[in-house]
Amino acid sequence: MTNDYTITTKNLNLFYGDFQALKNVSIDIPSNQVTAFIGPSGCGKSTFLKTLNRMNDLIPNVKITGEVYFDGLNVYKEYDIVELRKNIGMVFQKPNPFPMTIYDNIAYGPRIHGIKSKSKLDDIVENSLRNSALWDEVKDRLKQNALGLSGGQQQRLCIARVLAIEPEIVLMDEPTSALDPISTLKIEDLMEELKKNYTIIIVTHNMQQAARISDITAFFLHGEIVEFGNTNQLFSNPKDKRTEDYITGRFG
Amino acid sequence: MVRNSFDKELEQLQSLMVKMAGLVEESIENSVIALKKQDIELARQVYESDDTIDDLESKIEKICINLIARQQPLAKDLRAISTALKIITDMERIADQAADIAELTIRIAAMKYIKPLIDIPLMADLVKKMVIKSIDSYIKQDIILAKEVCDSDDEIDDLFSKIVLELINIMKNNPETVEQATDFMFVVKYLERIGDHATNIAEWVVFNVTGSHEHMA
Repeated sequence: MTNDYTITTKNLNLFYGDFQALKNVSIDIPSNQVTAFIGPSGCGKSTFLKTLNRMNDLIPNVKITGEVYFDGLNVYKEYDIVELRKNIGMVFQKPNPFPMTIYDNIAYGPRIHGIKSKSKLDDIVENSLRNSALWDEVKDRLKQNALGLSGGQQQRLCIARVLAIEPEIVLMDEPTSALDPISTLKIEDLMEELKKNYTIIIVTHNMQQAARISDITAFFLHGEIVEFGNTNQLFSNPKDKRTEDYITGRFG
Repeated sequence: MVRNSFDKELEQLQSLMVKMAGLVEESIENSVIALKKQDIELARQVYESDDTIDDLESKIEKICINLIARQQPLAKDLRAISTALKIITDMERIADQAADIAELTIRIAAMKYIKPLIDIPLMADLVKKMVIKSIDSYIKQDIILAKEVCDSDDEIDDLFSKIVLELINIMKNNPETVEQATDFMFVVKYLERIGDHATNIAEWVVFNVTGSHEHMA
């Protein structure tokens, strides 16, 4: 925990062609906390998440103005993209394990980053799986294909895969929307554990999930942040009427 | 096991409840001793601890509201949180009334009591035991104990009527006693109300365990 804010954005605007998806987004995201983005479909929350590790680079016709800083450096000007994504890992909506063994899924990243020692890789695989609360379930079948795991296990494997490269931040884009309730709660418990060592930023359609797990919540609407603050406050006594209407289901 | 952080928050809520209950127990206990011994220092202490209890009440209240807002509690979790929210009001009122008794104790501490206190301490002890038992029943989630609390409320009510009648007679016979006797009248009324609050607590304990809330006294 070197600084209070790990990610800072200043007047961030994003256009898909003529359509403006983000409007002057300026926030500071604190380290070692869970920050959740909520809002209706198309409000810009996922788009915003993707700007943080430049996942939008691959989308044609995207234009970005304004700044995103990670650990004080400009994400779009001062980072090599490989280095950036090593530090800012990502977990997606649908678990996407590689079609290889459980072990190789986890070892994949570290190998790419040049780690060859068997014992070192063994350690990384074990630690990552322990930290993603999957070790006990898979320790006897590390050499089996990862696609044989259940959806919830696959998602924890994907989290382990991210942890294996020791990022500072873990971005999660709807990480439990394809999972059953118990797997969902397991991932939620995991986030609570992970925030001791990582900064977690999560986009979720499930407002109750944001309420359960996050320390800080941002409510997005039409590409803007309407309200950003302490989760207790935002869910028990929001400041903005639009936030109130959204979280009480009286939206629109 | 899942929902670790929710369980941890529920445990934290429970330990604050136990802490508040302990302070309330101490308040009523000390207010009774102070009244009997005309101990100004102790009465003052009771009076001052009321603020701490009020602070704890709002702290617990906030935790409950946040838990409801954030954790979508259901079944026994929902009952535990609603019970806590209801019980803290009764505990806070008990502490208030103990402070009221302490205040009266301070006012009449320099006077010689108009009569030797026999029935009032008896009633006070019973009420104190009721409070302790109701809190115990909450901590242990023991409905048998809770029902005992409700049963003893009648005894308190009988003593209340008896003492009030006695005080009226004293005042009739000697109008100079009116001032102090009125204070004692308040004391017994406060004690009677504390008994009611202990009964409320016990009724909520029964609700917490069984899911149904009935008035039992």
